[in-house]
Amino acid sequence: MEKNLKMIVTAMVVLIGLVPLGLIARGTAFGEWGIDELEEKIGYVPEGLSRLSTVWQAPLPDYALLGQGDTILSQAPGYYISAIIGVAVVVAITYLITKVLIKK
Amino acid sequence: MHIPDGYLGPLTYLSMFAVMIPIWLYAGYRVRKDLMSRQVPYLALGAAFSFVIMMFNVPVPGGSSGHAVGSALVGIILGPWAAIVTTSVALVIQCFVFGDGGVTAIGANCFNMGVVIPVVAYVTYRLISGKSELISNRRLAAAAIAGYLSLSVAAGVAGFEMGIQPILEHDANGLPLYMPYGLNVTMPAMLGEHMLFFSFVEAIITTLGFVYIARNNPSIIFGKSGEKVKPPGVAAA
Repeated sequence: MEKNLKMIVTAMVVLIGLVPLGLIARGTAFGEWGIDELEEKIGYVPEGLSRLSTVWQAPLPDYALLGQGDTILSQAPGYYISAIIGVAVVVAITYLITKVLIKK
Repeated sequence: MHIPDGYLGPLTYLSMFAVMIPIWLYAGYRVRKDLMSRQVPYLALGAAFSFVIMMFNVPVPGGSSGHAVGSALVGIILGPWAAIVTTSVALVIQCFVFGDGGVTAIGANCFNMGVVIPVVAYVTYRLISGKSELISNRRLAAAAIAGYLSLSVAAGVAGFEMGIQPILEHDANGLPLYMPYGLNVTMPAMLGEHMLFFSFVEAIITTLGFVYIARNNPSIIFGKSGEKVKPPGVAAA
């Protein structure tokens, strides 16, 4: 592999290795609350939200695997797997799209 | 900043798709015209980079959290059109595979994170860095400010999209159908959290990434005046 590429890939691997740091933050981002959490905040669920919130069921919701616990230690393996799967899929699809687009 | 399904009503989410479709098409056209096959691996890595950066949630006082996006760096290094493509791929995968961001909100999320960030970052970086040396304080400042400003503006745009929902889409009794909080809540929340915390993270990532690449790999940096980047191995201009 070309030297330039190798350095960036190395940097990526290091980054992936550090992803469990992203589990430390426990709170939900503004505007990303689930239905239950929003209902706790305002006492009701807006009708459009409750209707649209089930429009898609993701296979790996919230970057978690089934049976994870509450601690960072129990969540880390699932988070790693999500990172690896996500990177693999993103790399593959971007590679395909740009390979088709760029001919020279 | 990934808006889930149900927080934006169809007036907004359909408009954002209408905005994004020509942008996606044009970005694809520019990527085809401006880049070369040798850069394909870097585009793939750029998309992966954004994906991974968005997994680093940052806590803030008050209990909320957020993250940087990384597309400021990609916009500066590979150019804004490439960044639109790479960030959109990352966001679409996050949505469909991990449920991060709604399907109906893809247009809005791709606009906020995939267009606003790289375009604001690239323009800011170019304006501030001018003709300065690749490794200079001015370039570093340009990268840092580009990172900070781009995420902040994107947060404002997202906050605006969410905050207008109660006015735009409510039932006969005035009860909001989608995002229940108005601009008076969403704008301070989004702008405050990002300008006080997450935008600094984006600035740091953009600067560190820029320095790393400028030192080790300068030939891949998107050229001045939109010229095609020379392949690695050829001396950079």
